[in-house]
Amino acid sequence: MELTHAFTSAIAKSFGLFYLIALSIGVTVYAFWPSLGKRFDKAAKSILDDEDGPCR
Amino acid sequence: MIAQLRTAERQLALILSGLVAFAGLVMAAVGRGDPMGAQGWIVALCAGLVVIFLLRGLDGPEPVEDRATAYYDDPTRVGILISLAWAVVAMSTGVWVASQLAWPDLRFDGAWSSFGRIRPAHTSGVIFGFGGNALIATSFHVMQRTSRARLAGQVSPWFVLFGFNLFCIVAASGYLMGITQSKEYAEPEWYADIWLVIVWVTYFTLYIRTLARRNEPHIYVANWYYMAFILVMAILHIVNNLAIPASFAGAKSYSAFSGVQDAMIQWWYGHNAVAFFLTAGFLGMLYYFLPKRAERPIYSYRLSILSFWGIVFFYIWVGSHHLHYTALPQWVQTLGMTFSIMLLIPSWASAGNALMTLNGAWHKVRDDATLRFMMVAAVFYGLSTFEGSFMAVRAVNSLSHYTDWTVGHVHSGAMGWVAMITFGSIYAVVPLLWRKESMYSWKLVEWHFWLALAGTVIYVFAMWNSGIIQGLMWRTYTDSGTLAYSFTDSLVAMHPYYVARAVGGGLFVAGAVLCAFNVLMTIRRVPDRVPEYDHPTSSEAGEPAVPAGE
Repeated sequence: MELTHAFTSAIAKSFGLFYLIALSIGVTVYAFWPSLGKRFDKAAKSILDDEDGPCR
Repeated sequence: MIAQLRTAERQLALILSGLVAFAGLVMAAVGRGDPMGAQGWIVALCAGLVVIFLLRGLDGPEPVEDRATAYYDDPTRVGILISLAWAVVAMSTGVWVASQLAWPDLRFDGAWSSFGRIRPAHTSGVIFGFGGNALIATSFHVMQRTSRARLAGQVSPWFVLFGFNLFCIVAASGYLMGITQSKEYAEPEWYADIWLVIVWVTYFTLYIRTLARRNEPHIYVANWYYMAFILVMAILHIVNNLAIPASFAGAKSYSAFSGVQDAMIQWWYGHNAVAFFLTAGFLGMLYYFLPKRAERPIYSYRLSILSFWGIVFFYIWVGSHHLHYTALPQWVQTLGMTFSIMLLIPSWASAGNALMTLNGAWHKVRDDATLRFMMVAAVFYGLSTFEGSFMAVRAVNSLSHYTDWTVGHVHSGAMGWVAMITFGSIYAVVPLLWRKESMYSWKLVEWHFWLALAGTVIYVFAMWNSGIIQGLMWRTYTDSGTLAYSFTDSLVAMHPYYVARAVGGGLFVAGAVLCAFNVLMTIRRVPDRVPEYDHPTSSEAGEPAVPAGE
């Protein structure tokens, strides 16, 4: 199969559009998934006190 | 530095630097009669110095304490100092470049000191030397703390740090000799590019291995930004630098792509160097050091995830806005323009998130210049991303392109955002890394802050004025349909702005010099912090085994 301009632009205009929309929806759902709230809060606070060395 | 390494690790480091020195000698021998030969001697000299340094410490005592109980901060400390050295040198070069535009005699009739050679030395020195070292150093710091794990290697962090600096030295010295492949931010020739791939893959491996040891199940958002920076830069660098050397005995190479494809790949690289080198990595700094300094968690963690993926998805498409009105297909130009405008959403989400985090801590911003550096960085991040999206619109671009407006835009990002967040992070991290009570002088931090802010504002306003005047002069027609002004007319009109720009840059450099001085004095003069709790001491500490008074 030859990699022509018509072919690449058709891919960009069809698949290229929809996979980005799908990814965007996926990320938004993940970021706002209610049950993950606790984990995110914990992560946000985790950096405020982290100088006491690695845990083992 | 060496005292922290075991004998086997010292030997490994010796072998590696010996190999690099040997490679340098091979380059010098094969490339004699070509500028590549001189580059070979530079490589051999740099690696030789490391070999001598290692040989002197080879027989020293091994570390006795359990290294796994502490973070590995030596590479971060050295990285911060190297970054500051590059800042002073490369920003001073920038002032020289700027002054040459106002007073061309400052070239002093040298070929090596011509504008076309010292300008890339300035851009690469600031972006890769100052920014890159700061990114590597802070990424080591942040990755260990957010993962609660020690770096997964003793020698590889040094290999990454010194290997990267060897690349920077080879690049900068090559520009002065006239070696360039004429690609913006990717000027170094094939041998330097291959070396950077080796270093960068080691960096990525080190990062992933450290992450694999993490004791925090969730990977903090700053780490995602650093990871995107490392991974995407590897991809961009490899693809954009695909080239065939004219001869393995010479520096010259030819790009694997031609014509408009080459231009598109270059600007896909070029704009994503801005995205993933100058933005993603520094957002990692922002998301770690700003909440930490303000002692408040980030305003919305969910928003930070959303803006991370937004930036990754959108940025990769915008490069074509550098090629409006060229042979590039119209739809590709429109694609770049559209994604540039969409990019405003994740960019402002990050800037807004940072500023909202400061809500309730504004008294700290007022009192603490370090936090103020970070606040101003977030503001400039918001401003310059807005400006960038706007300039990517084709109609605006027809006025702004090829003018100093672009230069002003880049510097509002580089000085106002990138350098400000870096200096803020350095002031936050230096007392911590050297276990000091505070910085040597908070007044110098204040002076630095106001010098940097004044310098940035003067620079950006000078370039806005000059750029818009240039753009308008170049598109003004007479009644008979000819151009009203010659190019030289527009050049003469620029003179006062070029003088103002050199002054603004001069203020900024003065601030960077104060910063370097302040950091050195902090290390040498400020008393060590007394730990709150009993803690294991390192074999280097030189503390008495029995506390005084017992």
